[in-house]
Amino acid sequence: MNKSELIEKIAESNPHLSKRQVEFIVNGVFNSIKSALESEQKVEIRGFGSFKIRKKERKEARNPKTGEKVVVEPKTVPYFKPSREIKIALLK
Amino acid sequence: MTKAEIVDIIHETLGISKKDIYNVVDAVFTTIKEDILNKNSVKISGFGSFEVKTRGRRIGRNPKTGEEKVIEARTVVSFKPSRILKEEVNA
Repeated sequence: MNKSELIEKIAESNPHLSKRQVEFIVNGVFNSIKSALESEQKVEIRGFGSFKIRKKERKEARNPKTGEKVVVEPKTVPYFKPSREIKIALLK
Repeated sequence: MTKAEIVDIIHETLGISKKDIYNVVDAVFTTIKEDILNKNSVKISGFGSFEVKTRGRRIGRNPKTGEEKVIEARTVVSFKPSRILKEEVNA
């Protein structure tokens, strides 16, 4: 499923809203999560999971192909942790 | 940030009831969840993708005791942030 299919599905079950309204809200959800992460805030959605950022320090690594040493600058990475409910349900 | 706060943010710019907004926001997560549980991957352009992957059976070790244990094959979901999201959190 991609974003337009997601919008389509939600619009079908909310016939009193226009597709543009649904699209606006769906985009709003992802943009809100994005700006929360940008300001280093955690986003917690009950039953779904949480989005966080992790800070990675500067490190020296090697290019596995050439063995050459490279410096990896410090960076921030977005990270998603699925809810217990999802993790357990996927095991079945 | 929670679901309620996401609803508030959207409500500031969209003149429809909070209840209607809540229903759509909630549907975003329940619809993605349903797809994940049906072992389908979900791709949100500009944000990232939720990928359902299978991990093979392997021998794990308790790092504290050194004890070996079989970890059975299992299905997990992983989130792969889009290039845009990765760049934005670093900006």
